[in-house]
Order: sequence, then C-alpha cells, then structure tokens
Amino acid sequence: MATIPDDKSPDDKTPSEAAPSEGIPAPEGAANLIDTDYVIGQDNITASPLGINVDLHGKVFLFSSIVILLFVILTLALQDQMEPIFNSMFSFLTTNLGWFFLLGANVFALLALVLIFTPLGKVRIGGADATPDFGYLGWFSMLFAAGMGIGLMFYGVAEPLGHYGTAMGGISVGEDGVRTDWAPLGAAAGDQAGAIDLSMAATIFHWGFHPWGAYAIVGLSLAIFSFNKGLPLTMRSIFYPILGERIWGWPGHVIDILAVFATLFGLTTSLGIGATQAAGGLEYLFGIPANDTTLVLLILGITLVALGSIMLGVDKGVQRLSQINMVLAALLLGFVIIVGPTLMIATGVVDNLVGYVTHLPALSMPFGREDANFSQGWTAFYWAWWIAWSPFVGMFIARVSRGRTVREFLISVLLIPTLASVVWMTAFGTTAIDQVVNSGITEVQDAALELQLFTMLEYLPLSAITSFIGIVLVIVFFITSSDSGSLVIDSITAGGKVDAPKPQRIFWALIEGALAIALLLGGGLAALQTAALTTGLPFTLVLLVGCYAIVKGLMSEPRSGKPEPRKAKTV
Amino acid sequence: MFNTIMVPVDLAHIETLEPALAVTADMAKHHNARICYVGITAITPGSVARTPEEYEQKLNAFAEKRKEVHGQPVSVKVYASADPTADLDDLLIKATKEVQADLVVMATHPPRHLDALIPSHGGKVATHTQASVFLVRPTDAQD
Repeated sequence: MATIPDDKSPDDKTPSEAAPSEGIPAPEGAANLIDTDYVIGQDNITASPLGINVDLHGKVFLFSSIVILLFVILTLALQDQMEPIFNSMFSFLTTNLGWFFLLGANVFALLALVLIFTPLGKVRIGGADATPDFGYLGWFSMLFAAGMGIGLMFYGVAEPLGHYGTAMGGISVGEDGVRTDWAPLGAAAGDQAGAIDLSMAATIFHWGFHPWGAYAIVGLSLAIFSFNKGLPLTMRSIFYPILGERIWGWPGHVIDILAVFATLFGLTTSLGIGATQAAGGLEYLFGIPANDTTLVLLILGITLVALGSIMLGVDKGVQRLSQINMVLAALLLGFVIIVGPTLMIATGVVDNLVGYVTHLPALSMPFGREDANFSQGWTAFYWAWWIAWSPFVGMFIARVSRGRTVREFLISVLLIPTLASVVWMTAFGTTAIDQVVNSGITEVQDAALELQLFTMLEYLPLSAITSFIGIVLVIVFFITSSDSGSLVIDSITAGGKVDAPKPQRIFWALIEGALAIALLLGGGLAALQTAALTTGLPFTLVLLVGCYAIVKGLMSEPRSGKPEPRKAKTV
Repeated sequence: MFNTIMVPVDLAHIETLEPALAVTADMAKHHNARICYVGITAITPGSVARTPEEYEQKLNAFAEKRKEVHGQPVSVKVYASADPTADLDDLLIKATKEVQADLVVMATHPPRHLDALIPSHGGKVATHTQASVFLVRPTDAQD
C-alpha cells in the first residue's frame, strides 16, 4: 500500500497553477474564456459539523443569513412599525421612480428583441460545439414554470376583468386635477369594444415582452459569463466587464447577498401568501376551513414535495415537475378554449396581439403619463416585481440553457412565452369578460381576487374537475418555484458552485418553509413581500449593467458556424 | 479475474482518494487490468475546472501521472451534469456499464448517521450494476 499518488496532482488549487494561462481547452468549440486568477470556491469554507458536509462562500452565506434573520425578527417583533415603513418605501419608489422602472424595462425588452436579429444571435452558449443538456419540451417547461406560472393562475381572470371595469368607468379627475381612476391610458368610457381591447392590451403588456425581457437579460448575461467566459454562476459575474477583479471582493458580495435576499423573501412570502390563496380555494370548493392548521399543513406539504424534488435534482426532479405542470396547464387552457366562447377566443388572440402592439408605445412610455394610478400602481409595481424575481428566474434559466444559441435562447425566453401569455390571457380574460358582457354574470367581478378563477370556472361545465385541476396547478407551481429557488440560493451562497453537498439545498428549502410558517402565524407576510419588491430598484441597475455585459461579452465571442481562430483576449 | 477497474475520481478532493488509488494500483497489477478513471463534473465553472473539457484534460493528466506509478493501461471518462450533486449515483451506474467495468474501487467515508437519509454512492452502484464494488475507508478510520 505504498503507492501514494504524486503530490503534484493536477487539482493543485494554487491560483498560479489553476490559472488558465496555457493549454486550457475552450468550452466545447471556440469561445473566449476570461483570464482571471480567481479560483471558484477559493473563498469557500468547507467543514463537516456533525458529519454533515458543507461547502459555502463564508461571507455571502454569513451576511445573507444575518440580514435575513434580522429582517424576520424585526418584522415579527415590530409589525405595526415595519409595515408602514416598507409600504411607504415601496410607494415612494413606484410613485417617484416609476419612470425609471418603465424606462429600464423598455431597454431590457428592446435589447433582447434586437439581439435575435443581429449576428450576435449566432453565438452558442457554452462554446460553438456545445450540445443542449435538456430537450426542448423539458427546457421550455422549466423556463415557463420558473418564470410566471403561478401569476397566470391568479391574474388570468382578475386582471383583464379589473382593467375592463376601470376602462368602462372612464376618466375621473380629483379636485387637484390629478386623475383618480385606475384606467389604463385614456380609458374607454362606455365603449364596450374599446374597453375590451384596452384591457386585454394592458394585461398582455404586463405579462409579455417586458417581464420576459428582464428574465432574458439576466439569464443570457449569466449564461454567457459562466459557460463561455468561465466565471462562477452567481450574479456578481456579470459585473466583470465593469468592475474586473473587484467582483471577487465586497462589491461582488453585496450583489450576491442582495440576490439571496430578493430570492428568499420573494419565495417565502409568495409561499405564505400563495398558501393563503390555495386554502381559500380549498375552502370555496370543498368547504375545508382555511384556518392556521390547513395553512401550515399546506406549506409543510409543499415544502416536503419540493424537498423530494431537489434531492432528485434538476433533471429528474425540477424538470419532471415542470413538465407535469405544463401538461396540466395545457389541459386547463384547452378546456377553457373549447367550452368557453371558442370563436371569440380564436379571433381574440389575433385582435389582442394587434391591440397589444398598437397600444405598446403609449403603455410603455415612461414620461408624461396622465394615467398615474395605472402606470405607477399597476405597471411600475409589476416591473419592480418581475425585476426583483429576475435574479432567481434568470439564474435558473441560465443553468439549464447551455448548448442553445443566443437566438434560440431569446426566441424561447422572449417570443414564445409572450405568445403563450397572449393565448392564456385571451382565453381566460375573454371568457370572463364574455360572462360579464354577454351573460350578465357579475359574481366573478365581485369575488375576491384569488377566487375569481374558480368563480369563472363555476359557470363552465365540469367545474368540480376543472377547479380541482386549478388548485393542483397552483400548488405544483409553488413547488416548482420553491425547488428551483432553493437550488439558486444554494449555488449563490456556495460561491457559484452547483456541486455543493446536498444538505445545503435541503437547509434552504426548510428555511423557506419555516420562515413562511413563522411569518404566516406571526404576521408580516405582506410587509416582507414589499421589502423584497424594493430590491427591484437596485436590480434595475444590475440589469442595466447586464445589458452592457451581454453586448460586450457577445462581441468577443466567435459566432457559431463561422469558427474564428482563437485569440488570447479578455473581455 | 478483473479486466477493467473503474475508479471514480473527484479532482477537488484528491487527498481523500489516496487509499482507494493505492488499492487500485495493487489490484490492477495483480490482475493485469486496465484502469478507467471516471470524473463527474458540473457544466458550470467549478473549483477544479471552468469547463467540462478542462476537467477532462486535468483528469487525463492525472491518469498519466498514475500510470507512472503502476504502469497499467489507463483511460478516462468524464460526465458533465447540470446538477452533479443529485445525478452522481445515476452517472456512476451509467459509467460502470459504459466502461464495462468488472470492478469498481471507490473511496468512502466511515459510516455515519446521515447515511439513512443520504445513502452512500458505493451501495447504490453495487445494487444497480453487475460489477464488484470495493469500498475503501480513509486510512485513519482503519485502526
């Protein structure tokens, strides 16, 4: 047993040896790695307390844990004080900086759209010869489930109906000359066709190019800087073109901690609020009382299934759940289209698409808006929401997108989901508006927001089955958010490593569930959700940097299909 | 008795592998067997390599170094995964079949409570393949 391997094994992790100075093969096919001395994981702490292995980025893990704990304790202890503070912070942002969110979102959507048609679209993520890790269906299911899933369930009926009501109501001006109505643009007082057109355009606007543009920017910049440039898969990497080696220090830590904060609180509060809504649905349908016991059981159940899913991993856990989700959603959509006003929906898809494009310039205009309530209360709110979610969704999208070309990526992250949103919103929105306009049903409009979908389904055949599918969809959508979110938080707090020990990801999934229960029973869910949304502001800046990084990064990449000689060049 | 010995190698924790590597060298010489070093890495940049190709290159260099020690024919095989932590067992089983290993030598940790929740990889390979499996404990746990 004397043969011990040579000490000069090639894994020697001293920076000088690990630096890819020579002989490092590019990612599959040609690509341009960034030349850095930083070794991924060099700031990590590895230990085995109680026989449990951990591998964590010391500072990011420690400080994000402290910040999270602090916020939870503060919110639980000082509920009455914290909630108004968070609320006024957020309304200050949307009121005074609404233009900034709108402007930023326009930049993201435009850049993502333009890149499809430029030669940069030929660059392949992971190098010119990389092959995709997931099939089209599985990949797309994961993109969609992580991206909006749950929101479509709640707003598919509620939002078109809401806008329709306010648009019909017309403009009302307060004493100070400021509009007090919530109608989009110039409203459409008493004009039924005009109000339908406007309400659908406004809804699709909030679920179309702009949110997916934000996701695409984060996803693409991370994918390029990770798979093509060789930097770790964490938010800080997209700052490399601006900050250079400084991203490994505090500027980078702060960006990553912020991403953990937004993701964890975004997930936790949605889990808590979502459980409340799912329980509301269960009570409405089956008479199961929506008390604390039901809520805690729901959160425990969701957390347990999410745990199973992350133990099985991306391929066998998250991907499969997302596919189940996709099939269920398609069934529900198909059902509504067939038993609903089929012809209206079919022509509606085309009309709404045209209406969306027609109203797009006015709806996305950041300056000189007269519909302040709509553009600040709805649009800026949504933009802050999508942008605060973008680190989580973007990182997850990046992780599963190696081997796709930039063009393929953008078509699948921007165009196809936008079209899917158009079809979904048209099917559910048109059916609901049709019930109001043509059948004179007002119950749906009068129902609580989270029950509007179920109330609408009640007026369609087989409502017992479809409502049940609806509830299951809501729950499965939560599970897919919870498991992919835990994976994202785990890899950020592990310094970009995706091969950290399993107990870590279990830890994050449990923390999410535990915090959701604590906040649910102790109060403060809405307050913390508002706090998470305020991260939309710093992340708008992060995303603007992301735009610059994408262009800069892609320009230095060889285009797929036209191999260029490799140059020892850095970004 | 054995023609192909497979050794899963984690280049990030090479020090924990030493007893297993020593056993492999002895066994290979005794049976005049080939050795295939198998690496499982993330598709994302990691501590050892920034691309799966770089990982393969480093594993090749490692295999050549090992060949100088034991003199038996060596080969390497690298599997890249989007989630190596979760896919490890399945990829090891796949590798055992693909390299047609009749013996798998793996480093393993001493038994511990967590094994009930997260079972060891060697046990999984033994359950799901035809190959013999030799689990080598760390040296300090052997006395």
